Amino acid sequence: MAKLPSKRPETLGGYIVHGIPFPVETDPEALAFLKRLAPIQIEQEYKITYLHSYAQDSPWFAGLTNKHLLANRDPKTGYTYATPRGHDMYTGQETEWIDITDRPAKVHTFTVCYFGSEEFLPETPFVLALVEFEGVNTLLLTRLMGVDPAEASLDWVGMEVKPRFLRNSKLKPTDVYFVPAE
Amino acid sequence: MRPVYVVSGGVSKFAKARPDKNFQAIIKEAYDYLLDDIGLDFETATRLIDGSVASYFSDHFSRQLMAGIMAQDYLGLVPKPSHRVEGGGATGGLCFQEAWKSVASGHMDVCLAYGFETMSHVETWKGNEFIALASDVSFDYPVGGFYSGYYAMMVTRHMKEFGTTPEQLAHVSVKNHINAYHNPYAQKRNRYTIEDIRNAPMVAWPLTRLDICVMSDGAAATLLVSEEGLRKLEAAGAQIPRPLVKITGIGRGTDAMRMSDRPHVDYDYFMENYATQQEKDSDETRAYYKKLWEHGTRYPGVHSFRAGRTAGNMAYKMAGVYDPLHELDFVELHDAYTSSEIQTYEDMGLCRYGEGGPFAASGKAFLPNIDYGLDLPEKSECAVNPSGGLIACGHPVGATGLMQAVFATWQLQGSIKKHFGDDALQVKDAKRGAIHSHAGTGTYVTVSILEREE
Repeated sequence: MAKLPSKRPETLGGYIVHGIPFPVETDPEALAFLKRLAPIQIEQEYKITYLHSYAQDSPWFAGLTNKHLLANRDPKTGYTYATPRGHDMYTGQETEWIDITDRPAKVHTFTVCYFGSEEFLPETPFVLALVEFEGVNTLLLTRLMGVDPAEASLDWVGMEVKPRFLRNSKLKPTDVYFVPAE
Repeated sequence: MRPVYVVSGGVSKFAKARPDKNFQAIIKEAYDYLLDDIGLDFETATRLIDGSVASYFSDHFSRQLMAGIMAQDYLGLVPKPSHRVEGGGATGGLCFQEAWKSVASGHMDVCLAYGFETMSHVETWKGNEFIALASDVSFDYPVGGFYSGYYAMMVTRHMKEFGTTPEQLAHVSVKNHINAYHNPYAQKRNRYTIEDIRNAPMVAWPLTRLDICVMSDGAAATLLVSEEGLRKLEAAGAQIPRPLVKITGIGRGTDAMRMSDRPHVDYDYFMENYATQQEKDSDETRAYYKKLWEHGTRYPGVHSFRAGRTAGNMAYKMAGVYDPLHELDFVELHDAYTSSEIQTYEDMGLCRYGEGGPFAASGKAFLPNIDYGLDLPEKSECAVNPSGGLIACGHPVGATGLMQAVFATWQLQGSIKKHFGDDALQVKDAKRGAIHSHAGTGTYVTVSILEREE
């Protein structure tokens, strides 16, 4: 069996306490002693539900729910964004939608996350990747599945991949993920 | 623009948690040190300071909006002018430059720049979530928002592109931790080996826990003055050390929030718009870059920080720096990750793009008189993060860029021994240094040049 860690994890939570020690008499000596006390720390909960709009990027998410991967393109220059963008960075023109579901795609770079933000800790280890597409100028951040995190190597850069879509859409960018094309 | 001088600074102890004081009182700790160092009492300072700039990154960490005015109030500076600046990890660097603007423009003669972050109010992984909200919440955060993951992807590409190795990254961690061993302000003062760094728990491949800075509670403050401000302070009895420390260069750059959106430009565009003057003037370097591009390198992609190169070039032009490696005596740069220190060597022209890995292990960025337990092939040229940097000092975001300004000022004053109680980290005869502040994945970057006035 593996050795137990030497330090227990620290967590919030504990007893509810009503009243804490304080001098019975507030004479000058007792008041001066207050400067030597450790601070009181309390827990404050903060929870919000936002109504977030995908706004002009909404068709991209609608595409995912229907197993189509869309991209944006400047109609004049053809500069193409794998991650949606309503207006072109160089011309300021409104972009148009194109379908890149079947474009050849490769891993541009990746990492294996063994830790993460609190929301994603239960999913560790997971693989984040930036994917490049043929004829597309920018990249797409995604999850890479179908690989062994313990086998991570620079050989994964350049790996041909293809998109897969969640059958039950969550209307999140993770409705699409990538797997080795094979 | 008028000449601007940094005349004093203070830094609170950086620690994992400071429940003993609220953020206002932690800032006051740094402020009191700053005043005491030049023999200025609180009431006189209150009378002479024309205004301030406040620096803090996240309202989430403190769950307190308008914290800046609460600090201004606690320092007794109301109703004088002030504003808060925010630009992620570069917040402190931006604050320093905003204070410079206030003085250089003639709007103020004496301007206080102060900053803080209290990150201990939430658990580490919730803190990582807050930080990751500084990425696109429609397209990046929901995929697995985690800054260590973002930087790991960047260095993975750097490794693939240029052959950089995890052991080269580990040299940065060993250097900065051992430097911090002599810095009493640092949060982590440990002597590590390359093996310690690589054997630490993997956080985001290839970055281990010791490749990454820690969250902190802390504050820092600096006092900037014009020549008239200097006269006013000295007339009131302030003991300003000579030679003076002057700000001679200011540069800033930006890049797209989403790494995926960053361009991949060709050789000609790179040479014309991003190469340093020194690179442009060298036949050998132009040939070197031509070869990189022939092998498929494009700029900046996700392996380099275009904002850092832009900020560096701008600051160097203003300060008249041509050959940064030999014309800067030290650099305090934003090493939130060992990888970003290596990428920043390249952005700041200490070496060429693609050479950051070998540069890290060469010894050029190490201090000459410290035993690192490493076999370094070359001698020290320009000490990088002599203080220990973010990796060892800690990274209370809004304070970090100002902490760099304070440590740089002390280096140029030659007063490291006075402040650290040990002169091991004093760069001998330091005349010119740079400070570099960097926000999430290279979105905002500032570079400021400070010089000892002869």
